[in-house]
Amino acid sequence: MSASHHHAPANFAFTPDNLALAKRIIAKYPPGRQQSAVIPLLDVAQRQHGWVPDAVIEYVAEMLEMAPMRVREVASFYAMFNLKPVGKIRVQVCTTTPCWLRGSDDVVAACKKALGIGFKETTADGKFTLTEVECLGACVNAPMMQVNDEYYEDLDAASTTRILDDLKAGRTPRTGPQVARQTSAPIAGFTTLKGTGGS
Amino acid sequence: MLRDADRIFTNLYGQQDWGLTGARARGDWDGTKDLILKGRDWLIEQVKTSDLRGRGGAGFSTGMKWSFMPKKNDGRPHYLVINADEGEPGTCKDRDILRHDPHKLVEGCLLACVGIGANACYIYIRGEFYQEGSNLQRAIDQAYEAGLIGKNACGSGYDCDIYLHRGAGAYICGEETALLESLEGKKGQPRLKPPFPAFCGLYGCPTTVNNVETIAVVPTILRRGASWFAGLGRPKNTGTKVFCISGHVNQPCNVEEEMGIPMKELIEKHAGGVRGGWDNLMAVIPGGSSMPVLPKSICDTVLMDFDSLRDVKSALGTAAVIVMDKSTDIIKAFTRLAAFYKHESCGQCTPCREGTGWMWRMLERMGRGEATLADIDMLDDVTKQIEGHTICAFGDGAAWPVMGFLRHFRPEIEKRIAARAQRAAAE
Repeated sequence: MSASHHHAPANFAFTPDNLALAKRIIAKYPPGRQQSAVIPLLDVAQRQHGWVPDAVIEYVAEMLEMAPMRVREVASFYAMFNLKPVGKIRVQVCTTTPCWLRGSDDVVAACKKALGIGFKETTADGKFTLTEVECLGACVNAPMMQVNDEYYEDLDAASTTRILDDLKAGRTPRTGPQVARQTSAPIAGFTTLKGTGGS
Repeated sequence: MLRDADRIFTNLYGQQDWGLTGARARGDWDGTKDLILKGRDWLIEQVKTSDLRGRGGAGFSTGMKWSFMPKKNDGRPHYLVINADEGEPGTCKDRDILRHDPHKLVEGCLLACVGIGANACYIYIRGEFYQEGSNLQRAIDQAYEAGLIGKNACGSGYDCDIYLHRGAGAYICGEETALLESLEGKKGQPRLKPPFPAFCGLYGCPTTVNNVETIAVVPTILRRGASWFAGLGRPKNTGTKVFCISGHVNQPCNVEEEMGIPMKELIEKHAGGVRGGWDNLMAVIPGGSSMPVLPKSICDTVLMDFDSLRDVKSALGTAAVIVMDKSTDIIKAFTRLAAFYKHESCGQCTPCREGTGWMWRMLERMGRGEATLADIDMLDDVTKQIEGHTICAFGDGAAWPVMGFLRHFRPEIEKRIAARAQRAAAE
């Protein structure tokens, strides 16, 4: 993320590609119900700009013929919208009970050590933001974390550190389970559906 | 144990192609046109006969829910809305359907639309499920390209559009009326009922909201027959179910099993047993975090279905089995759940908004042993002031875990309080 993205811009506009995408999204809803597109459009805008400044709220409000306050209500209600600048790489660690039972404390400690920051903080170079999040719905692959759009599962301190080191070095770590396991199947091998191509 | 031949989700683990070619090879989209042409009344009757109950937590009869939709169109369109906002702690079953068997859901949406007289369906998926949403969108696109949905779906003359809608991180949107508010572009705050969605739902139109797994099993039920599905499990607790087994087991996993399987068998056959053996078990939350916890003595014999778990004052919920062995600081486990509910309360109703924070703070204190014995009674009393006193069931879902915890593990808190008093006396 460039430094300019950390300042609240006076104006915002979709890129031509994103404008076309926004129009396709709005067309999913019946005529006059374009407000339904507010969450998807805020998401497109956040992907373009990195976070959601006032200018985005006003732009989306105008596009959907909504009062800016109604858009702000939505932006502040949903956890995935960042109303303040965040790092380019967002590390979100689940610590809800199913992850906690399987060692999310170790994952949290590894993240804090590898990045040198605490929760809700961003590294000095503006690259990483670390967040504690609630259940992300991958509980049989606990503990887990989400980095931008990707899930990293079946973590421990060592695999967490390795993933973050890879990301720091600009490499692309393997997503999904970090142990030898087919998605959500039992690690020692299938107990059902044997002979369907699984391990 | 359920035979593989009776399993519906044969690509649960994504071991095969999840796209249209793979789906067809597994039997999806086979004879869909004929099923559509049998008509709305036949579809509802079949689903009623199968005794399918909703897989999203409440366990309401699916056929009954469909039959609540107006029989005649009064000029307003009907809508099907799929709840793919999976986020109940412990639960990750819909995730596997969305990413590994998305065509079962897409075909189910088409058939359910016929069943409720709808020509449009919105699938509301949690925003964090980005990759799952990508697979599902691809499956929808494939179905359009193949003429399976859209105008004249499967050549049946029926029109059916299916749209994917991504949320943005709010557990409350799993509540059906909050989901509708969110889909209309608002904060996800639940609506008062009545009116119920079947009369006044999305955009003020008749709407049915169903869970992913519920709709994804419908095509197989219709193809193999309602009596096949009803023959699995026990009366009124029929069919198969995807269970999620997490926590202190040797092999956490998702698995599709027969409804009514004994909990112990489920854990030992598929999840490799409790860490340290069955006798090392302390407690199990049987149906996602909102359902009351059960101590080992009940887990020894309880069956995993709606009515069996209701009989022991818990519930099947989403069938997410969270296992805790004897090493667990169980006060901390429930304090963390209380923090979850505090974080996720939408803030609309006072008993929930204030109560979730109060329960969390009280449990924090109890964890440090800084409470009195009278505080335990007060906590129990507060759970009852939340339960049933809010617009939606979130308040109940926040109170029940604490109620269950106090019902079975009150001595753990008393021990913690006594230990602290002892330490203070020794100093």
